[in-house]
Amino acid sequence: MTAPGDIEAEFSGTLGAFRLDASFTAPGSGITALFGPSGCGKTSVLRCIAGLTRLAGRCSVAGAVWQDEGRFLPPHRRPVGYVFQEASLFPHLSVRGNLLYAHRGKVPTGSDAPISFDDVIELLGLASLIPRAPQHLSGGERQRVAIGRALLSQPRLLLMDEPLSALDLATREEILPFLERLHETLAIPVFYVTHEIGEVERLADHLVFMQAGRVVAAGPLTELQSDIGLPLAFSRDAAVSLPATAGDYDPAYGLLKVEVDGASLLVPGRSHPAGTRLRLRIRAADVSLTTAPPGPTSILNVLPAVIAEERPLGETEKVVVLRLGVSGQGSRVLARITRRSWDALGLAVGTKIHAQIKSAALAWG
Amino acid sequence: MLGLSSDIWTSVRLTIELAAVTTLILLVVGTPVAWWLARSKAHWKEAVAAVVALPLVLPPTVLGFYLLIVLGPNGPGGALASLWGARTLAFTFEGLVIGSVIYSLPFVVQPIRNAFEAVGERPLEVAATLRATPWRAFWSVAVPLARPGFLTGAVLGFAHTVGEFGVVLMIGGNVPGETKVLSVAIYDFVETLRWREANILSLGMVIFAFAVILSMTLIEKRMRKVRQ
Repeated sequence: MTAPGDIEAEFSGTLGAFRLDASFTAPGSGITALFGPSGCGKTSVLRCIAGLTRLAGRCSVAGAVWQDEGRFLPPHRRPVGYVFQEASLFPHLSVRGNLLYAHRGKVPTGSDAPISFDDVIELLGLASLIPRAPQHLSGGERQRVAIGRALLSQPRLLLMDEPLSALDLATREEILPFLERLHETLAIPVFYVTHEIGEVERLADHLVFMQAGRVVAAGPLTELQSDIGLPLAFSRDAAVSLPATAGDYDPAYGLLKVEVDGASLLVPGRSHPAGTRLRLRIRAADVSLTTAPPGPTSILNVLPAVIAEERPLGETEKVVVLRLGVSGQGSRVLARITRRSWDALGLAVGTKIHAQIKSAALAWG
Repeated sequence: MLGLSSDIWTSVRLTIELAAVTTLILLVVGTPVAWWLARSKAHWKEAVAAVVALPLVLPPTVLGFYLLIVLGPNGPGGALASLWGARTLAFTFEGLVIGSVIYSLPFVVQPIRNAFEAVGERPLEVAATLRATPWRAFWSVAVPLARPGFLTGAVLGFAHTVGEFGVVLMIGGNVPGETKVLSVAIYDFVETLRWREANILSLGMVIFAFAVILSMTLIEKRMRKVRQ
């Protein structure tokens, strides 16, 4: 059931008029997104894990019990890093003072500080900000300092509460690459609260899907994205995020070959060393189906697949779950097609088809 | 100096001493009270706040009357004084300090409480998630961020103690070098028709009050600028 490194959270109680009844288990590595509409209780769960809000329940992280019946560790005794929605830097301390607050102003050294000052500075690009006062930073810079400050507290679990929501679109795009680098470099697990599916698709490995104070589903991101029992697959911009490996690059056309489970695709982009781990996002609306391999076409990616599941979407459309590969053993991918096409092609669960995906529509993340 | 008699300088020194000691005690006593008022969720805390604020409204004579009873030979103050062989705390410097602390308490507690409330929950939560104990969070975050409140409180407490008259007259009387502070000295000079001395001291107080208010306004203005 649960592995020794897992994080278990289970909280129930009322906060004002709001009833929270959330329980889930998340793996002890990678980014777990707590996702759901505003006011569904994601932030409350995060605060309960940090011990900032006290509700009845249980919380254990990699075997250490932080909360249980008769046990409640106060927040300052829980090894968490917390990044709030607003950077909340201490205005009376410099950037350096903020970063080193958890170490009382001294640069941490030795074995109790596996995350080094220099690494954090390098990872988040903070070098030029260090002597400055928080008042003189831009919103994005402040949030980067806040992330660095949380990391330098040497957390066993990093909690991020909509860290991008207070920023404008351009600043978000400036910070996201830092978060992706964090994801690649750091071993500590991250809980990431957001209501933006785009951030989930780019960052998360694991998803906890919440609605009205309850956990509707929890599991690996790709599984939940293509689960037609959940509302995710039915949203206008439903997509799956597939783990992919970089292959050959064609500089003449700027196309990179990537391997996903059960298929290889051509994607516009830049060259990556062969074997680099990437993440490919395929939107349901960009996938079309054909029963016979097409003749000459501008669509570069024509992938054999098998129809695994289908569910109507409104009066005119269907959401179809495909499994890539000739015998349908590969990744699950979503397609959205009209009911008319479904009938005209005589499709059914188990039908072998070809999925066509325009390269130009593929995106990273 | 200035041709003033030595008893005037004794009064000036005594006043400054009283205000300084009172302000120090007020900061020590007032800070935890202000912290509790700012942070507690107890529904009866406003009742406590009202008690602290009472001296703002009460005539100083009322406060002085009760203090006289409490500090006098038959009150707890008298019992305390008997420990070192005295009969009463009334008409002593110590008695004046106690009276001034109570009288000026709202002037120190209110600005510090406001400042703590303005700091809000968030910085303390941040400190806690960065492993700071509540004690360390208080000293390294709450106090530095509430500094303007402490400054305002200290200045107001000091100035208000300097300007106190009614309570001093009730519980201190007019003992030179012990309880005869400036405000009482002015009253005394007027009573004895020594207008020149009364004039000099009064003008001095006007200048002092003006300087206090002006410097406070300027300090607050500068702090607000630094914040932004």
